[in-house]
Amino acid sequence: MKRWDDGAELADALDHGLSPQEWERLLTALGRTPNLTELGIFAALWSEHCSYKSSRVHLTNLPTSGPRVVQGPGENAGAVDIGEGWVAVFKVESHNHPSFIEPYQGAATGVGGILRDVFTMGARPVMLLDSLRFGELSLPRMRYLVDGVVRGIGDYGNCVGVPTLGGEVDFDPAYNGNILVNAMCVGVARKDKLFFARAQGAGNRVIYLGSKTGRDGIHGATMASDTFDETAEQKRPTVQVGDPFTEKLLIEACLELMEKGLVVAIQDMGAAGLTSSAFEMAARGGCGLELDLSRVPVRAEGMTPYELMLSESQERMLLVARPQDVQEIFAICHRWGLDACDIGEVVEGREVVAYWKGELAFRLPVAPLVDAAPRYERPFQLPPSPSAVTLPSFSGRNFSEDLRRLLASPHLGSKRAVYQQYDQTVGAATLAGPGGEAALVLVPGTRIGLAATTDCNAFACSLDPYAGAAQAVVEALRNLACVGAEPVGVTDCLNFGSPENPQVMGQFVAAVQGLGDACRALGVPVVSGNVSFYNETSGQAILPTPTVGMVGVVPWVLHRPRFTLRDGDLVALLGPVVGQLNGSRYLQLVWDIKAGVIPHPDYQGEKTAAELVRSLVRLGLVAARDISDGGLAVILAEMCDEIGVRVSIPGDVSPASFLFGEWGPRYLLAFPERFQEAVAAAAEGVPFLIVGRAEGDALVVVHDDEELIWLSLVELAHLREQGLRFLEET
Amino acid sequence: MKVEVRISLKRDVLDPQGEAIRRVLTRLGYTEVSAVRVGKLMLLDVEGEEREHVRARVEEACRELLANPIIEDFEVRVL
Repeated sequence: MKRWDDGAELADALDHGLSPQEWERLLTALGRTPNLTELGIFAALWSEHCSYKSSRVHLTNLPTSGPRVVQGPGENAGAVDIGEGWVAVFKVESHNHPSFIEPYQGAATGVGGILRDVFTMGARPVMLLDSLRFGELSLPRMRYLVDGVVRGIGDYGNCVGVPTLGGEVDFDPAYNGNILVNAMCVGVARKDKLFFARAQGAGNRVIYLGSKTGRDGIHGATMASDTFDETAEQKRPTVQVGDPFTEKLLIEACLELMEKGLVVAIQDMGAAGLTSSAFEMAARGGCGLELDLSRVPVRAEGMTPYELMLSESQERMLLVARPQDVQEIFAICHRWGLDACDIGEVVEGREVVAYWKGELAFRLPVAPLVDAAPRYERPFQLPPSPSAVTLPSFSGRNFSEDLRRLLASPHLGSKRAVYQQYDQTVGAATLAGPGGEAALVLVPGTRIGLAATTDCNAFACSLDPYAGAAQAVVEALRNLACVGAEPVGVTDCLNFGSPENPQVMGQFVAAVQGLGDACRALGVPVVSGNVSFYNETSGQAILPTPTVGMVGVVPWVLHRPRFTLRDGDLVALLGPVVGQLNGSRYLQLVWDIKAGVIPHPDYQGEKTAAELVRSLVRLGLVAARDISDGGLAVILAEMCDEIGVRVSIPGDVSPASFLFGEWGPRYLLAFPERFQEAVAAAAEGVPFLIVGRAEGDALVVVHDDEELIWLSLVELAHLREQGLRFLEET
Repeated sequence: MKVEVRISLKRDVLDPQGEAIRRVLTRLGYTEVSAVRVGKLMLLDVEGEEREHVRARVEEACRELLANPIIEDFEVRVL
């Protein structure tokens, strides 16, 4: 067994996940042989997780600027102007690998990590969203994972006092070996009170704040960049345990330190712990740091510099402060019951130097580690264009039975069993939570509504990553429109298999292109994000899953949006009368047809329709839902809560395409009869058709006087709960 | 047969509960307590004749349900 200060060699580099070429590059960059600690630092910073070495060249295709952008990608989180001197600060990040190994703690620490990314910027977190993907629920292990992940998210978010208001849950056998846990946090800050991770001012002190450092999560960053194989078992002890109560104290302490102007720079210790926070703060600030590792508070005995630098113990921050403020900082931290100590100073030059027990532990130049990290233009093979499938014959089809199957599936049924475990009202600012189309909260002390949604139809992305990713962006636009919000920024979490596989890399390239084109077409910048590669087990990659997190604004909230029918409401279809069945969930789930063409979005049509829906919702005239996964019939079922509905399909229209078709700017609107004239007038120029009325105690669809669907409200409610009922059984 | 199962967090895993108890002990004046780790003690009544067989079965149950082997250690004693 080697010691932390022994010289490293090629075999050690391979153990740390570096390639032989990267080891050569390291030797050239450093001009000497590193010791084991230095190698560990290089390996962490050069891992896919920290360096984005395979994705960076493609991410430059994303639009990242715009009049509202205050901070684009490259900081802990992005920030956009939302008016009245406020900014929204947000990011989505994956915690896939840890959650597969230990679902409860993995998901919980994922939430903790994304919260820190947001409050590090000086923003108070106001909501969380989670985009989850699991494998087949028939596997007992998968049910255990779903249960653990959901409880982990709920417990952490609930303890820390931030509501969990949205997200998605979906299932596919492709996630059997790699589940996805993408957590998004949205916070608000005053525009002139944002903080950055740029160490500055020689002589300033480096302060360590938060929990003590233990041996948890060592190698976490390299683990997250590894594919799983049978040795995954042995990687287990690297799981971290989260402590949401300490996180809450950390939030309050950091926001107070910032409010009092005591912070020069701040960064959380996330993946690769002290290593990434120290080197990235030095790199961004163009300065050096001198650290005394013996002063780092530890909770395990005999920790070496290697372990101190690479531990991923949770709930820790690194901040830079002026020497005269240090005592006040300590006093504030003490009042919040947190450990804080001075572990070093900012120095001239561009080196990070660390001492341990009076000896030099390492001396590393910042530039080769951070700025000169490897960049790869991995070979890629773009996915073939999918061909259209010939539709089966629907004549004489029992559509009631088809709708039953869709609603009873975990894909399209209610997600109540998941989100009821989340606190949705803490903070007393929630206007719309889970179960609607998008989350909406009031910015404290204002009438500004801040909305957020996450979207990704991974099934569509598996057929056509370009069109699928673009469709995720327009779906997010539609979701926001349903709460009256206009999009102001996007954050993305790009989950894929191994970038070393040209086919997977091709999916990635196509998806980024689709994402970029859609965001450009809608004029919405991408301000933060995360890439998660190597989501594959024994060569089996997940579906390409580019999760889109979109944030929107309602400048002055007058009405709380609603999503369900009220007695006597008229129901109108806005947009094309029929959707497309190719690539629909109906064909996938009912007919087992996993093929088809995914159309490219009609951006102009989407923008026009979204603007219209937005204004109707803002005025409180309509309840709106967009027609996406599962088609109109599934959305109609979601709108039936206390009252039934009777819908007539126009005579010349194919019932299957009307009921189950997807894609395009289609919405269902519900409104009292007295608003009919106003709504119809506003909708001029956009296809608009009254299709039914809320009445009775069943969902009824008729076509040519024939009753195609009849489902009682009681049965509807029962069916929609069926898919995830196991979460409530013990 | 009476079987005792002790479950404790693995050595290097953070124990927020233990840490919270330690803090309060310090506040109450027990400043000599420098660390607290919280675990679980379970007492099982198990039918069986052969001690080793009973132990093996309970250990199996520990791996499957009673303990989370990813972050916890367990110790089985047949009394």
